[in-house]
Amino acid sequence: MGGRDDIPPIPARPDDALGPRVGVDEWVASHGERREQRTGPLGRVLTELERLPRPAFYLAFGIAAAFVPLFTSNGYIIRVGFDTLLYMLLALGLNIVVGYAGLLDLGYVAFYGFGAYGYAMLASPKFGLHWDTLLIIPVVVVATAILGFLVALPSRRLLGDYLAIVTLFFGQFFVTVYQNGNKISVLGLTRHYDVTGGPNGIPNVDNFDLGGLKISSLQGYYYTALVIFLVALFMVYLVDQSRTGRAWKSLREDPLAAELMGMPVNRLKLVAFSFGAAIAGLTGTLFAGLNTAVFSADFDVPTLIIVYAMLILGGAGSLGGVILGALVVNVSLEFLRTPGHATWVFYVLLTVTLLVKVRPWRWLAIVVAGTLGLGYAVHAIASSAWPRSVGGQTSVGGTLGSWLQGWVLHPSNPRMIGNVAFVLLVLAVLGLTLLHDWQRWLAMIPTLCLAAFVWENRLVVEPSITRLILIGVILIVLMNARPQGLLGTARVEIA
Amino acid sequence: MNWNLFVTELTAGITHGCVYALIALGYSMVYGILKLLNFAHGDIYMVGAFIGLGIITVFGGATNVHVNVVLMLFLMFGAAMLGGGLLGVMIERFAYRRLRTAPRIAPLITALGVSFFLENSAQLILGAQQQSYNSFSWPNSPIALNGFTLPAQARLSYSQVIVVAGTIVLVIALTLFVQRTQTGKAMRAVSFDREAAAMMGIDVDNVIVVTFFIGSALAGAAGVFNCISYQQVFPTMGFQAGLFAFTAAVVGGIGNLPGSVLGGLLIGLAESFATGYISSTFQQAIVFAILIAVMLVRPSGLLGRAAVQKV
Repeated sequence: MGGRDDIPPIPARPDDALGPRVGVDEWVASHGERREQRTGPLGRVLTELERLPRPAFYLAFGIAAAFVPLFTSNGYIIRVGFDTLLYMLLALGLNIVVGYAGLLDLGYVAFYGFGAYGYAMLASPKFGLHWDTLLIIPVVVVATAILGFLVALPSRRLLGDYLAIVTLFFGQFFVTVYQNGNKISVLGLTRHYDVTGGPNGIPNVDNFDLGGLKISSLQGYYYTALVIFLVALFMVYLVDQSRTGRAWKSLREDPLAAELMGMPVNRLKLVAFSFGAAIAGLTGTLFAGLNTAVFSADFDVPTLIIVYAMLILGGAGSLGGVILGALVVNVSLEFLRTPGHATWVFYVLLTVTLLVKVRPWRWLAIVVAGTLGLGYAVHAIASSAWPRSVGGQTSVGGTLGSWLQGWVLHPSNPRMIGNVAFVLLVLAVLGLTLLHDWQRWLAMIPTLCLAAFVWENRLVVEPSITRLILIGVILIVLMNARPQGLLGTARVEIA
Repeated sequence: MNWNLFVTELTAGITHGCVYALIALGYSMVYGILKLLNFAHGDIYMVGAFIGLGIITVFGGATNVHVNVVLMLFLMFGAAMLGGGLLGVMIERFAYRRLRTAPRIAPLITALGVSFFLENSAQLILGAQQQSYNSFSWPNSPIALNGFTLPAQARLSYSQVIVVAGTIVLVIALTLFVQRTQTGKAMRAVSFDREAAAMMGIDVDNVIVVTFFIGSALAGAAGVFNCISYQQVFPTMGFQAGLFAFTAAVVGGIGNLPGSVLGGLLIGLAESFATGYISSTFQQAIVFAILIAVMLVRPSGLLGRAAVQKV
């Protein structure tokens, strides 16, 4: 504007000064700024990483995962890796339904079971069928997709809640069918047909045979699962980037607005549902192929909740979250199987959480010192007054074990007192959420001691139940504290 | 026609139906106010049943009760309703309250987590095996076995009479509460339009707490009722009961209290007749079929009004 300096500068809009405007919260408003602030080598690397296309990360994950069987010949580790890949596939399918389209599908594992039973029926001596694997997989996947379509059909007109209940019921119904499918009688005839093998499941299922390439080793299945997962992941990524993917997400955020924009809401819901079901069916075939037997118990509610916990932990709607969530949850559940490992994981996690969450530093010091001190004090008093309170044994050996033996009480008969302490612990943790600042830090000291006591005496003794309790806790805590999960993007409320 | 079987299934169906109706009422009340499917509701029913068992055990076990049986029944119901109610209020306070403005799917997933947590905590504390009320006795005779004789030599046990009479009393009390009291009026207002109710000076938080308390207390009572007539208590009992009760609420018209009672009776009868005449393993399939049929033909339920979505 050369030469016309007399024009006064445009005054700032009055609402600019008032902080976040409508539709822009502080976090979003300062996003660009925070990005600029990144300096130094780490900042540069982060900025460069952000520029990379997403599939590069998936490929990196695939290469890393492909090296796992080369470094170890331990069958157990490869087996855990295979299970993790299966869970990733399951979470990937659920991510379409829950993460993208925002539909609550509680019959999801029934589709997984349908795929597994479908493979088992078409490739086992059960009916004398031994179809080619390359034929079975498409047949099963298409059949599962159609089944998903049929299940979603009656509830598509209604609110999401009805879909939840119909699918939950459907899942239960399916488990019943798998369990009792060995005595199906048609119209009250006396002759019973055995379709699913009932509680005995279907044994002696054939291994995968991909056009002459027989897969029978664990490594073989690991790589098959990895390839299938990467292909499915890339496919879902492409769908996510497409018109359909964007439509699903708009449907999730506001179905009414989506409908007003002319989106075929019902069709989108049905497609999402079938797509998710198809991936679950595909996973089922892999499961049946490796295990060479299927049982109905694998497709019940606990599996469903575990897959949900993975999805929520990673962040619904995020593909990286699917990988991370399945990895974290499945590997930690595996650690829980051995009490020695589980105890290590428990205390390391506890310490890390304290280090990250307790601020300022002096309170961290006070909480740690207080917890240790209280533990020793209680131990000293109880052991002199009542020797039976330290008569038990810790489940972990080594330095940690001997330290725990001197710090946490181990009563000789911990069942009853452990149960009481468990209930008290739940109440104490709930109470903590009501307190603030220094009160919370102070109350944390006895709670931590109690937690250690309950862990040592009750939780570590019953790992199979502890797993499930922890999964429930993950769902509740994450939904309340960080609904977007580890890798999901925070939802910005537009007021 | 075998009238004995028919009458037996009829009475069993009505008894079962009463239990479902009580659970369905709680589901329906919470749904009416928060639009939340409280999956943990079935587990509150389980906790109520265990509280009843605890009271029996404290007073010397089912066959050897130290106190008067009527007093005992009142103690069991009082404790189960209070315990269930408090549990419900705690769940609302700590798990659901922060999620009221969150996207719809967040509280649903939380409810799933709460249900799973309660179920497995009960397994940790009480063990997974079935425990029994073990022929809880009226003076000198187990009330689940003795009773009146109906036409066609069918039996109506005292426990069934207790369940049906108790349900009628509770439903009447609930109806009076909702229709006649100030708090009941506030509840209806909040379920009609939460924001408008808040603007009229109704303490919405308070109303929601009361709703959770009453609904959960009914579930606790249902737990005791069920175990008086069917004896068995186990940690996973809440899952299927909750599922059936929710179906009852949907069939009757969710948010509609008389509809829940009707739906509960219908589901109870359907389950009972399916067990008697078709197959005991596939009762679930029958109830599922009813649910699908109602959703296709009359999505708002038998007594519900069609929902008008407001923008």
